[in-house]
Amino acid sequence: MKFFTDWPGVVVLLLGIFFSPLCEKISRAETPEEKGLAIIMEAERRDQGFGDLVTDMVMILRNRNGQESRREVTNKVLEKKGDGDKSLSVFHTPRDIRGTALLTFSHKSGDDEQWLYLPALKRVKRINSRNKSGSFVGSEFSYEDISSQEIEEYTYKYLRDEELDGHACTVSEYYPVDAENSGYSRQMVWRDKDEYRIQKVDFYDRKNSLLKTLTMKGYKQYEGKYWRAGEMHMMNHQSGKSTVLLYSTYRFHTGLTDNDFNKNSLKRAR
Amino acid sequence: MQITSRRKKYSRFALITAATPLVFLFLLFHLSAFGVELAGNIVLEGRYFPDKPQYPAQQEHNASVVLEPELYHAFTGGSSVLLKSFVRLDSNVDERTHWDIREASFIYPTDDWELQVGISKVFWGATEFVHLVDIINQTDSVEDFTGEEKLGQPMLHLTVPQKQGMIEAFVLPWFRERTFPGEKDRLRSDPIIDTNLSQYESAAEQSHLDFALRYSHTFSNADLGLYHFNGTSREPNLLLGGDMRHPVLFPSYHQIGQTGLDVQMAAGDWLLKGEALYRTGQGRSFAAAVCGFEYTFYGIYESGADLGIIGEYVFDDRADKSLTVVNNDVIGGFRLALNDAAGTEILAGLMKDVEFSTYMFSVEADRRFGEHLKLHMEALFLFDAAEQDAVLPFEQDSQLTVELQYFF
Repeated sequence: MKFFTDWPGVVVLLLGIFFSPLCEKISRAETPEEKGLAIIMEAERRDQGFGDLVTDMVMILRNRNGQESRREVTNKVLEKKGDGDKSLSVFHTPRDIRGTALLTFSHKSGDDEQWLYLPALKRVKRINSRNKSGSFVGSEFSYEDISSQEIEEYTYKYLRDEELDGHACTVSEYYPVDAENSGYSRQMVWRDKDEYRIQKVDFYDRKNSLLKTLTMKGYKQYEGKYWRAGEMHMMNHQSGKSTVLLYSTYRFHTGLTDNDFNKNSLKRAR
Repeated sequence: MQITSRRKKYSRFALITAATPLVFLFLLFHLSAFGVELAGNIVLEGRYFPDKPQYPAQQEHNASVVLEPELYHAFTGGSSVLLKSFVRLDSNVDERTHWDIREASFIYPTDDWELQVGISKVFWGATEFVHLVDIINQTDSVEDFTGEEKLGQPMLHLTVPQKQGMIEAFVLPWFRERTFPGEKDRLRSDPIIDTNLSQYESAAEQSHLDFALRYSHTFSNADLGLYHFNGTSREPNLLLGGDMRHPVLFPSYHQIGQTGLDVQMAAGDWLLKGEALYRTGQGRSFAAAVCGFEYTFYGIYESGADLGIIGEYVFDDRADKSLTVVNNDVIGGFRLALNDAAGTEILAGLMKDVEFSTYMFSVEADRRFGEHLKLHMEALFLFDAAEQDAVLPFEQDSQLTVELQYFF
């Protein structure tokens, strides 16, 4: 009989039957922490290899009375394998801070390195980067929110599956490792199951009350791989202020190198 | 050592600077269509002096207008041109009404090096209130006696990034004389400084070729810069001249060698800063150093505001104390940043001379209104100026300045 002559197949089949309850046991044993970490690692894996990225962004700040002010910013990011990314933000408006540039080297562990360039004085100042809870140029985004986020900076916990605006999502919580210098006790993150894109984040302050909600909209896929949002809405529930980031361009693999991210390049960044 | 004297004459630099506004206008009308960016600011300024002037010729209060237009163009391939001029029209038509080319430079970057040619500005230093090692550009002390305002410096500036750090070489073909307030201006010396009588140690005078070489590197949390400068001292000795009835001071520029060091270091919520220099060729060789810190309290009182506490100590061991305002001083100050949409910020500092009784207090505040307007306020108070202190002639010159700045 063919069944008996095809013995390697049979071995595999028998092994499968033998081990299948065990496999099930392993998957059941995945703790919420492990699942939370697995989700973020998969999201990270899907975003790897972007090389470098240049974006143009308009930031709209709204206060409680609906008064608006705008900032136009160009961001450049260089992917660093084995360490945190390097990034450079250059302001075009408001006009009085035109040409002001912020250079950040993020690190997987330890403090990030950060420099501010003041064009009127032609001066590069090193700035403290340990405390990340401060507002980024008066907006509802803190340095923590806009900086490159490394997996090692948080611990994770998967909570549940939930549908959000038509997307089947996983809901996980992020806890900052450096709790002392974070503005949050936890972040609750909704990621869609299809593409592992962040759809919504609830930020809880250090007293564990809801502080802000970030909503990501207008996702587009670039280079057949990388998903980026066209709009980020940050609402501060406690102050009533909000900030919208509108991204007009995303350019990947533009050929940036480390020489575009040093203190000299700050001075000619415009 | 031969000191040559110099009469006022039309220098090459004056001709170049006189031609530049015309070039500016030409560029403005013809090139804006080709991707040339026009930017800049217009400032309306009023200065109020609560005390009567110390010298009869000095004005009471003054108002002025400042124009700082800027043209920029980036070529495909990465090189760029920047033109920036400065004009101040003051109600008091003395030295304070003046103008300058702050920038007129071309930058050519490659993968391995970058060359900048033309008039530009370079800042070296780390500390907040004292700028010791900054040397490439001459100080525009008509604008600001603390030395923050600089004149444009013609230069060839080559930057070569290394695997470890960065090397920069400077050739400085033309020397800019320091500007000084005139007889009618406040914050002037007594007797006044007559820049028409400037003297030079070098027979080449302003044409003397100056050189500088700098190495800078980042060691994880610390930034370090080390340089050597060889050329005309930016800081003149002031000698007594004129006659008995009309004494004046005149600047005398020496040939110096200066080695300088600047360090900035981040350690948690602390920033540690230091600058040091060693100068030869201007009298007895001397050293000067400043060290300081800035400690920041984040989100004070649960607001988004940050408060930075600043402390600095400067020491200068040169023999003649009258040459520098800061020679053995302690400075304490703070910076309050509200981190609001208006970018409200206050910086204050109290400077106390260790040897003399002199106190100096300065505070400045900035706040943005809308997208284009900014209000800048500044106050400077001088107390108990000592007889021997270089700030004595400023004793009556405490002032309040209000600036309305329009950016376009």
